[in-house]
Amino acid sequence: MDFVGDLTGHAGRFLAAQPRPLLAGLAGVVVLLGVASAIAAVLPRLKPGKSYEELRLRIVSWWGMVALLAGALLLGWQATTAVFAFISFLALREFLSLAVRRREDRPAILAAYGCLLAAYGFIFADRYMFYLVFIPVWVFLGLPALMALIGQTKGYLASAATFHWGLVTCVYNLGFVAFLMRVPPSENLPAGAAGLVFFLLLATEFNDVAQYVWGKLFGRRKILPSVSPNKTWEGFLGGWITTAALIWFVGPVFTPLSGLGLAIVAFVLPAAGFAGDVTMSAIKRDIGVKDTSHAIPGHGGVLDRADSLTFTAPLYFHLMALFALDRF
Amino acid sequence: MRLLRFLLLVLVARPLALFMTGADVSGRERLPLKGPAIIAANHASHVDTLLMLSIFPSRAVSKLRPAAAADYFLRDPVIGWFSRHVIGIVPVARSKAGRRAASGESEDVLAPARAALAAGEIVLVFPEGTRGDGASDAMGQLKGGVARLAEAFPDAPVIPVWIQGAGRVLPKGASVPVPLNCAVLVGEPVAWTGRRGPFMDALREAMLALKEQAPPLRWSDEP
Repeated sequence: MDFVGDLTGHAGRFLAAQPRPLLAGLAGVVVLLGVASAIAAVLPRLKPGKSYEELRLRIVSWWGMVALLAGALLLGWQATTAVFAFISFLALREFLSLAVRRREDRPAILAAYGCLLAAYGFIFADRYMFYLVFIPVWVFLGLPALMALIGQTKGYLASAATFHWGLVTCVYNLGFVAFLMRVPPSENLPAGAAGLVFFLLLATEFNDVAQYVWGKLFGRRKILPSVSPNKTWEGFLGGWITTAALIWFVGPVFTPLSGLGLAIVAFVLPAAGFAGDVTMSAIKRDIGVKDTSHAIPGHGGVLDRADSLTFTAPLYFHLMALFALDRF
Repeated sequence: MRLLRFLLLVLVARPLALFMTGADVSGRERLPLKGPAIIAANHASHVDTLLMLSIFPSRAVSKLRPAAAADYFLRDPVIGWFSRHVIGIVPVARSKAGRRAASGESEDVLAPARAALAAGEIVLVFPEGTRGDGASDAMGQLKGGVARLAEAFPDAPVIPVWIQGAGRVLPKGASVPVPLNCAVLVGEPVAWTGRRGPFMDALREAMLALKEQAPPLRWSDEP
């Protein structure tokens, strides 16, 4: 009995130490998902005959992703960095598995995972300037040099470019999410560093879902039929406006942004999410796959879920650094 | 020993396989959970065996016995012990099989596999007999041993499996594995039709049909 009492006591103190807005935000996400689960449970009875298995899987996976990310954010920067290093690894492995085509590049694939470890090592060590230049400059030069040493020149340029694209999107860009956790408590943040990350993830995923829902409900005019046949102008614009409103009204709860900075983030982030989505769609179409894997039931691969985040994360990070943070 | 094997498979082999390959399985519900049953898969890498041992639910993994060449896996005592007790192989004497074909004499090289099936275990066979070269993902000639097992156990389901990409993680001749996603596609059982020829044709068709559904493997010597 005492043990249970101890445990709840610890849990209570642990939660009490967290910023209030962060807890409220996480509770809000849980409520939203609860409503979605309830709708998904009732739908088959209201409109029988259709299959709702995909929707059910999607929502179950959302619960899993929310539990993982919320747990990491509550535990702090170490856990968040470890989780994002793992997400980067899964995304990079998916990307390299689909995109690399020369068997001579096996050592370069191994080196790419090494670069991932080093990049996240800079986040752990809190070395921002090292991180900034490591992949865009040193890996950009070093990996192709290694590939030249391997000696296969046929398809060399395309392969070197493939590696760089994969490392920048899957590692460098996603790493900025983890680096946001290193903003020190001395900066006046309304919901702590975890609040910054929480709001980036919320806005990005909300934008994905909002574009999807607007498209499903009102979509008529196709926006990019040759790249992403299911995307429509109605989905894009509806998602843009809804997400911009979310950022404008809820942003100040989690971020130190206000005025012009907040307006710019609200205006640009939804478009960046859309751009990340269609860019990855173009790559998948080029390769000839619909999903990058089946790692997340109902969603596809990790890269299918994180495609918009690879664009929104660096954008959000740099706008935040420009308008509100002293650390970066 | 059984417990050690179970723990090694679940606590070491499974996380290792997930890390190296992602183990992207489709048709998992078609995996047989009790024997006698036969699984026939293509073979490009040692990773194939690791992967198959890792995708079975814990309650069935103890029953899975990969058929493996005795000349290769039992050649020295350490590897032999590991092969028998951890991987749980049923040995197939390839060299004897060759001699038997040459001399027309009949020593039963499949006896251990048959005994495993009789004991209600699940036997994993690679009908190509050896690993392909991994450069192309073409399937080699299928050997007929699997048909003889099916003939001996006509009610045991024969499940075709296509493993895509294992030859990139650890190709034949390479010593350092590289993490890359592998897809495992599990098909519907192939029924024993009473004759070996048509059965082998049906099995081959089934495996190639699974290969068609696999994600593209854009991996070649000539880009």
